[in-house]
Amino acid sequence: MIEILQSVIPTTLFFSAPLIFTALGGVFSERSGVVNIGLEGLMVMGAFVGIVFNLAFADVFGVWTPWVSIAVATIVSAIFSVIHAVASISFRADQVVSGVAINFLALGIGVYLTKQWYGKGQTDMVSQPFFTTNVPFLSDIPFIGPIFFKGIYVTSYLAIIAAFIAWYVLYKTSFGLRLRAVGEHPMAADTNGINVYKMRYIAVILSGALGGLGGSVFALTIVSNFSHSTIVGQGFMSLAAVIFGKWHPLGAMGAALFFGFAQSLSVVGSGIPILENVPQVFLLIAPYVLTILALAGFIGRADAPKANGVPYIKGSR
Amino acid sequence: MARNRIFNILIPIISVLLGLIAGAIIMLISGHNPIEGYRALWNGAFGDAFTLGETARRTTPLILTGLAVAFAFRTGLFNIGAEGQVIVGWLAAVWVGLAIDAPMYIHLPLAIAAAALAGAIWGFVPGILKAKLGVHEVIVTIMMNYIALFITNEIIRNVLTDHTTTTEAIAPTASLASEWLQGITYFSRLHYGFLIALFAAAVMWFLIQRTTIGYELKAVGFNQHASKYAGMNVSKNIILSMAIAGAFAGLAGAMEGLGTYGTISVMSGFTNLGFDGIAVALLGANTAFGVVLAAILFGVLKEGAGEMPTGAGVPTELVDIIIALIIFFVASSYIIRWALIRFKKEGK
Repeated sequence: MIEILQSVIPTTLFFSAPLIFTALGGVFSERSGVVNIGLEGLMVMGAFVGIVFNLAFADVFGVWTPWVSIAVATIVSAIFSVIHAVASISFRADQVVSGVAINFLALGIGVYLTKQWYGKGQTDMVSQPFFTTNVPFLSDIPFIGPIFFKGIYVTSYLAIIAAFIAWYVLYKTSFGLRLRAVGEHPMAADTNGINVYKMRYIAVILSGALGGLGGSVFALTIVSNFSHSTIVGQGFMSLAAVIFGKWHPLGAMGAALFFGFAQSLSVVGSGIPILENVPQVFLLIAPYVLTILALAGFIGRADAPKANGVPYIKGSR
Repeated sequence: MARNRIFNILIPIISVLLGLIAGAIIMLISGHNPIEGYRALWNGAFGDAFTLGETARRTTPLILTGLAVAFAFRTGLFNIGAEGQVIVGWLAAVWVGLAIDAPMYIHLPLAIAAAALAGAIWGFVPGILKAKLGVHEVIVTIMMNYIALFITNEIIRNVLTDHTTTTEAIAPTASLASEWLQGITYFSRLHYGFLIALFAAAVMWFLIQRTTIGYELKAVGFNQHASKYAGMNVSKNIILSMAIAGAFAGLAGAMEGLGTYGTISVMSGFTNLGFDGIAVALLGANTAFGVVLAAILFGVLKEGAGEMPTGAGVPTELVDIIIALIIFFVASSYIIRWALIRFKKEGK
């Protein structure tokens, strides 16, 4: 039993971390009323920047390279997401369409520059990815230690901490209250002197930053290089986590952990007696089927923020 | 009204031009000659009979996925699920092509119908969830895409083959491939599916413009409450619209399965036909004729891109960037419209 947990829980945390970061980005954006189908593209951008920066500056920063890389990826993706913000907030573009365009654009730019700089469709493997560590002291605790604190990535714990910070920001600060107000009833918020456009810009840029962070963590823990197939659906899975988690940061974290769990089962499942005979495909489609069921109201109702997807036009009713 | 019509034609044209200019700037910045780049693209799409055939071949499924997105859009629904509908359509077409032994006049229509039906079912699910439970179709269709991808891969591995990645070729009686078309285009993979795609566009035009079904579908797209008040069955129309849209996308899968490849392989990611369909529908202003034109444009861009690395040293992904930018420009038409009106006023 302990052995099973020891193989499942670290892999769950390992697969969940990028999903948690990105899903938190989705929560910020959608809570402010901007649909973000572009999470996938923001992750692609994060993965691309994270890998390229890591390759280029591994000699300069040494063991700190992965940390600097994810920081740079976060910033670049935040800037990249401004495109989505401008299109969907200022230019009143259809937010779904703009998100689709973000996905195309990120992949196009990433692979174009990869070919331009490396002369082939994928980058080399990075020399300084994240490595697993044992948390000092905690990993020596019997039973719990080996399961939760041995051979894990620090980024996994950062993701969980980030979820709690996001919850605090959204629900315990006036900034969070304003952000949610803008997503529920922008006209009322505007009347109360909240700058709707500014709040939405901030929210979308935050989603870009977190999406980029998620993408770069994914690239630097799981794949270690960049190509057109580095990010395949993780962004959409994060979007699913946002909805499955009912647009709540902790809910999204829980959903992301659950999706990570399903993924880890599809990887290590063959070693677990009960799951031996379950075809892998069921574990692969589980996150998506569950999201549909959640939306259909079979697993509690999931209600989107009221003004989600509606551009705010000053003076219109 | 006249002004609106002019805008509807101007905006896609301006968007395409802006996209191409942006592409040229990107080529300049990254040290390539844009004129050489676009010349390579032109040659890659129209250079000889072979490339012409391949361009037409590539346009075929794009017309159908464009129709799939555009049709649903007319009812106010956003069908991001064309991707999944293409995949299940492809699978169904190849499955019928492999499993059944019949003369061509039964086998081929059956395989095509199976693809359309599979796509329709894949569109029906988000349709009924939207109509009966009010679940947003965008999210459901995205999820359905992944479900289609993983289930199809599983069926290819364990049902259609014995743990290999590609099925055998379909029976010739189910194939759309044409020796005659291949002959006149110097052995490109052009197939009769092109005619099916054009026919489907005509069907969409007829359905939307000339039938009561189409009238109701459009009415629901304009205003659900008014349609309901007028005695229309809103739920039925939403479901019908998604199912028909799915059928169009399913046919696009049949084009690949019965025409271009004659097989189906395990996919590591999406075909992107469905996502490109969104761009096609958007640029084509969700009309049947516009979709055909937009599909031709994207077919040209995508086929021509293949020549860019060898002809001018430009990575093919430049075209993906251009397409993404075109989508942005069309989607942000509000600002183009604003600029045009401003420009006109100052001109006076």
